[in-house]
Amino acid sequence: MADNINNIDENKVTPEVQESVSAEQAAVQDAKSYVMKEKDVESVSKKQIAMKILVQSGLYIFLIVMAFIVLFPFYWMLMSSVKTIEEYRATVPTLWPHQFRFETYKIAVEEVQFGRIFLNTCFVGIVSTILSLIITVLTAYAFARFNFKGKNALFAALLATMMIPGELFTITNYITTVSWFSWDNTFTILIVPFLVSVFYIYLLRQNFMQIPNELYLAAKVDGTSDLKYLWKVMIPLAAPTLISITILKMMGSWNSYVWPNLVNSDKNYWLMTVALRQANWGEGNNFDFPAQMAAVVLVTVPLFLVFLFFRKYIMKGVSRSGIKG
Amino acid sequence: MDKKKNQWKAWLYLAPALVLLLIFTVWPIINTLRMAFLENYDSHAEIGGETFKFGFDNFKSIVTFYRFKDALLTTVLLTVLTVPISTMLALLIAVALNSIKFVRRTLQTIFFLPYVTNTIAIGMVFAAMFKIIGGVSGLEPDSIGLINTIIEALGGKRINWIDGGSSYAANIAVLTIYIVWNALPFKILVLLGGLQGVNKQYYEAAKVDGTSRFRTFWRITVPMLSPMIAYVVITGFIGGFKEYSSVVGIFGPAMGPGNHEVDTMVGLIYESVKSGQGRASAAALILFAIIFAVTLVNLYVSKKKVHY
Repeated sequence: MADNINNIDENKVTPEVQESVSAEQAAVQDAKSYVMKEKDVESVSKKQIAMKILVQSGLYIFLIVMAFIVLFPFYWMLMSSVKTIEEYRATVPTLWPHQFRFETYKIAVEEVQFGRIFLNTCFVGIVSTILSLIITVLTAYAFARFNFKGKNALFAALLATMMIPGELFTITNYITTVSWFSWDNTFTILIVPFLVSVFYIYLLRQNFMQIPNELYLAAKVDGTSDLKYLWKVMIPLAAPTLISITILKMMGSWNSYVWPNLVNSDKNYWLMTVALRQANWGEGNNFDFPAQMAAVVLVTVPLFLVFLFFRKYIMKGVSRSGIKG
Repeated sequence: MDKKKNQWKAWLYLAPALVLLLIFTVWPIINTLRMAFLENYDSHAEIGGETFKFGFDNFKSIVTFYRFKDALLTTVLLTVLTVPISTMLALLIAVALNSIKFVRRTLQTIFFLPYVTNTIAIGMVFAAMFKIIGGVSGLEPDSIGLINTIIEALGGKRINWIDGGSSYAANIAVLTIYIVWNALPFKILVLLGGLQGVNKQYYEAAKVDGTSRFRTFWRITVPMLSPMIAYVVITGFIGGFKEYSSVVGIFGPAMGPGNHEVDTMVGLIYESVKSGQGRASAAALILFAIIFAVTLVNLYVSKKKVHY
């Protein structure tokens, strides 16, 4: 193209011709640059798509590797739980058992006394959840709906106790419940000291406060009693929070170890985690690692089932609390 | 008249919680202070009629206790190792999860699974993966364990991670891995929740300006997420200083391959709950002071760095 222009110039064409030529030239150039632009856009978007695919596959590879690391201990637990002791002790660990040995679960159920301990744990979990819910609802209701002297100061004092680590309470509570009340080796000692949770009161109060006051006044005009209003209006509206509290509380009794281990030496009053940690799987070469893993599976699976059914409530409750169990 | 009736009613509703709080929360706070400052306090001795004089002996006795320094070191080490690692990993995973669509919910559920487990039970699984079986008194072990098999397959040398004679560094490494694994779900959940609340317009503006991904991450994602990052870091520090169950899960009540090699502050407190509570109270107050100070520092830093 540049050569062409030079040729035209050399031919010394008349101004008119020159004008028309330059117009033509401009048009051609315009068209060319237009084509160039389209091509550019095309190549850029192609580049972008390629980049996007690259980034996306990178993300997936990263996430899948991490997911694999997160899941692997569960896989190892399941596979180890059905191996023979010999295979478990083999020089090279096997990823898939050569020989399945399901009686490990029978051994685990017997050694942990799973039936008995399961009932213990459920009993403590259910009773403490029900009592705790009643107390939490009444307290949150009083803070959300009533005006009384010193309300704000009292609430602030309650919140302040949340900063203190629980270990600090454990020492005195041990003396109070064991030396004074003689509650050791009972279910009472596992339930009563943990009935009030300031965090749950706070959570529920926030929930109750969102319910408009007009609803309460309307109910009052209709002659509804406070308790009936609480039962018929407030509790249904706060149901998601109450469900979250229930599940976290139940999981708490399934997972609690320190306190039950401290206060109840009698096997009849053990909870799941204590029984798991205290179980004896044999000595030396006969130590039944697979049976131990089977017991771990028995402790883990119910938690997963609860999680699958109540995923939404657990994740909601957890994101607000940050307390494990 | 009605107002007075309401006052009376409010206290009635509050009564059960207040009675329990007085016994199991308020009294322990007062009593811990009392026990900590009564020299050589012991509840059994007190019931037996013994009296104790006021003093700082319990603090001296716990601080000079031969395992105190190690327990403090282990607690601090585990905290300063696990909080940054788990926060960074959780941030990366949350950002990655936020930028994909396909199978996102499934992956989200998988990443949450470690949260709904029993810390002690799964600790036993981690111990099983790191454990060397057999091989006492110089004999070649039956099995060097899964992790060591992988290490040797990759050309490395086996390490005694958690068994008798294992090094402190190896013990801490295993605990760090386990605690990070355990801490990820909560952090991912909170950070992902935060990411979903970030206004998409910021990202579009960055795209128009041709900002690189790396710059977008540091200049938009991290500042917008800073309240959530501060939250998981602060709760992470508090949890780290209270570490106990993970150690019991992996090492059992011995708190180490032999005897209390990787003890933690909380472990020390629990040791003297049954007798010699003066010392346990002093240790609990020291722990509280540490957690309080660290939280204040955290809050101060986040006040300067967090964009609300």
